[in-house]
Amino acid sequence: MTTLRPARLRPMDLARLGASGLTARPMRAILAAIGIAIGIATMVTVVGAAASSQEQILRQLDMLGTNLLRVEPGDSLFGKKARLPKSAAAMVKRIEGVVQAGQTGDTGTTVRRNDLISSSISLGIAVQATDLDLLDTLEGEVRTGVWLNAATERQPAVVLGAVAAERLGLTSPGVQVWIGDRWFTVIGILDRMPLAGEIERSALIGFPAAEGYLNHDGHPTTVYERSSDEHVESVHALLARTVNPANPSEARVTRPSDTLKAKAAVAGAFTGLMLGLGAIALFVGGVGVANTMVVAVLERRGEIGLRRSFGATRGQVRTQFLVEALLLSTLGGGAGVLLGALATFVYARANSLPAVLPPWAPAGALATTVLIGTLAGIYPALRAARVPPTVALSTQ
Amino acid sequence: MNMLELRGVSKSYGKVLALRNVDLTVRAGELVSIVGPSGSGKSTLLQIAGTLDRPSSGTVRVAGYEISELSDGELSALRARYIGFVFQRFHLASGLSALDNVADGLLYSGLSRRQRRDRAAAALDQVGLGNRLDHRPHQLSGGQMQRVAVARAIASKPPLLLADEPTGNLDSAASAEVMSLFHRLNSTGVTVAIITHDPEVAAACPRRIRVRDGQVRAESA
Ligand SMILES: Nc1ncnc2c1ncn2[C@@H]1O[C@H](COP(=O)(O)OP(=O)(O)OP(=O)(O)O)[C@@H](O)[C@H]1O
Ligand SMILES: [Mg+2]
Repeated sequence: MTTLRPARLRPMDLARLGASGLTARPMRAILAAIGIAIGIATMVTVVGAAASSQEQILRQLDMLGTNLLRVEPGDSLFGKKARLPKSAAAMVKRIEGVVQAGQTGDTGTTVRRNDLISSSISLGIAVQATDLDLLDTLEGEVRTGVWLNAATERQPAVVLGAVAAERLGLTSPGVQVWIGDRWFTVIGILDRMPLAGEIERSALIGFPAAEGYLNHDGHPTTVYERSSDEHVESVHALLARTVNPANPSEARVTRPSDTLKAKAAVAGAFTGLMLGLGAIALFVGGVGVANTMVVAVLERRGEIGLRRSFGATRGQVRTQFLVEALLLSTLGGGAGVLLGALATFVYARANSLPAVLPPWAPAGALATTVLIGTLAGIYPALRAARVPPTVALSTQ
Repeated sequence: MNMLELRGVSKSYGKVLALRNVDLTVRAGELVSIVGPSGSGKSTLLQIAGTLDRPSSGTVRVAGYEISELSDGELSALRARYIGFVFQRFHLASGLSALDNVADGLLYSGLSRRQRRDRAAAALDQVGLGNRLDHRPHQLSGGQMQRVAVARAIASKPPLLLADEPTGNLDSAASAEVMSLFHRLNSTGVTVAIITHDPEVAAACPRRIRVRDGQVRAESA
């Protein structure tokens, strides 16, 4: 007598078998998959939106470079602002690897549209003395008008940072603004400078003009320096000693691109709240799939008995319903990934960001749905396998 | 050779004793009808003979295999290879064509999809529905639906066909069609056992088994 061995179901047959239960009731399958679709879509969108924001900043960083350093004197022993030597920028330029350096000195005065406005209203705009190399060092652009030159740096002429111009309500040069106790002519307005926000918020005049008209002492308060990429570290180490030989430990050297990098890191982190909502939707979705499958098993006892009479083993019935649950949740997961990708694209478009979806997001989403489908399918599948073959014969 | 061999088989559902100490032998190639009043245990007898259920006591042999010694997997393989079932309710999937319904019955046979569909077409041809392959169940008459179910039961060419009131839902013309099908199958060597309440159907079978109160009371040949 030959030994009896049940035939294995081929993977394609198994997939078709699992799908047949869903296509028999397509509306129910869709409703059951919606919960998972929403959960996955939420998570994918959260990841996509964060990645898009981060990509935007990283691209900016790429364009702006990371070779700009800024030095401030810091506080002296007695808590007073230490002063940098007048020739700070010139000294910095002599450090090996430095390509360009510029300096600014805060004048402590305010700029106003006219002399009728109280001097206590500063609009958050600093009036700063600057040398002519600053614009070059920061790789800034003049949006309209001109930058200071050897002549205008001695005259009551002012160049406004982008934000400063905005706050003053100015879009073109040629107008007069009130600085200290006299009129200055606006000769230029700068473009945005993401690496030097303080310059965006400044009204810039020449050092000679500051000394001549505003009684400025001519000492810089900040030095900017740009070096070749490979010298950034070595220049960094030398800067403090160069600008403040007496008290190098007090000089504060910062790398403006680091702030941007930190911003990118923050933008790349997704909000826990949204992820939590997505997780709840996924959980509810998983329960929905489990529930649908339990109902399906109850309704399809006849089919199960029939399949047992065809020669299906308990294991094959179990696998059929597990595959069905898996397909159901993967269907939801797939729809969720598409929805999430679409939402990411729309979000990026609306905020003029580059749309970015890290590949691990859809991969992780699908892995998650496979896990959920398995968990949700185990109990119904075990119940299906327990349906006795005799139900096929019973007539009720 | 004995196709079915039941020795001292009893089956109880709680307090209900559905079968009491039944001895029954069906030889290969026989065509038997099983008759008896409602609730007498006919379906229970068929379920146990068809390995869909196990007896509470006694031994059952199907095609020589002692079923108490078989695991679920082996029992399933036995059903797939040796036994075809026909039920009073046709149990056809409404969304599938006649061909796919029949091919579905071969799913656990280890054949490829191609082979299953070929065999299904052949089986439908055999029951006279070769021109109805693509019809859905609702496009078929009751008699045709039952013939599709018979085609599904015989598509794997099992040596044993068990039918529980296969004509119970059919009018006399359709019933006659299905019965002539069973006779034809029997003439090709298939062992057939049919539960029926229809005296005409029973009378047409060479051997009748009468069941009453869970016992095989009388046999008439
Ligand atoms: N699953 C079950 N649980 C409990 N009792 C059952 C079960 N199946 C059958 N019975 C009982 O066993 C007895 C025999 O039932 P069976 O279905 O075998 O009768 P039958 O001869 O096929 O009747 P019918 O002609 O009405 O189909 C009946 O008393 C029935 O109530
Ligand atoms: Mg019955």
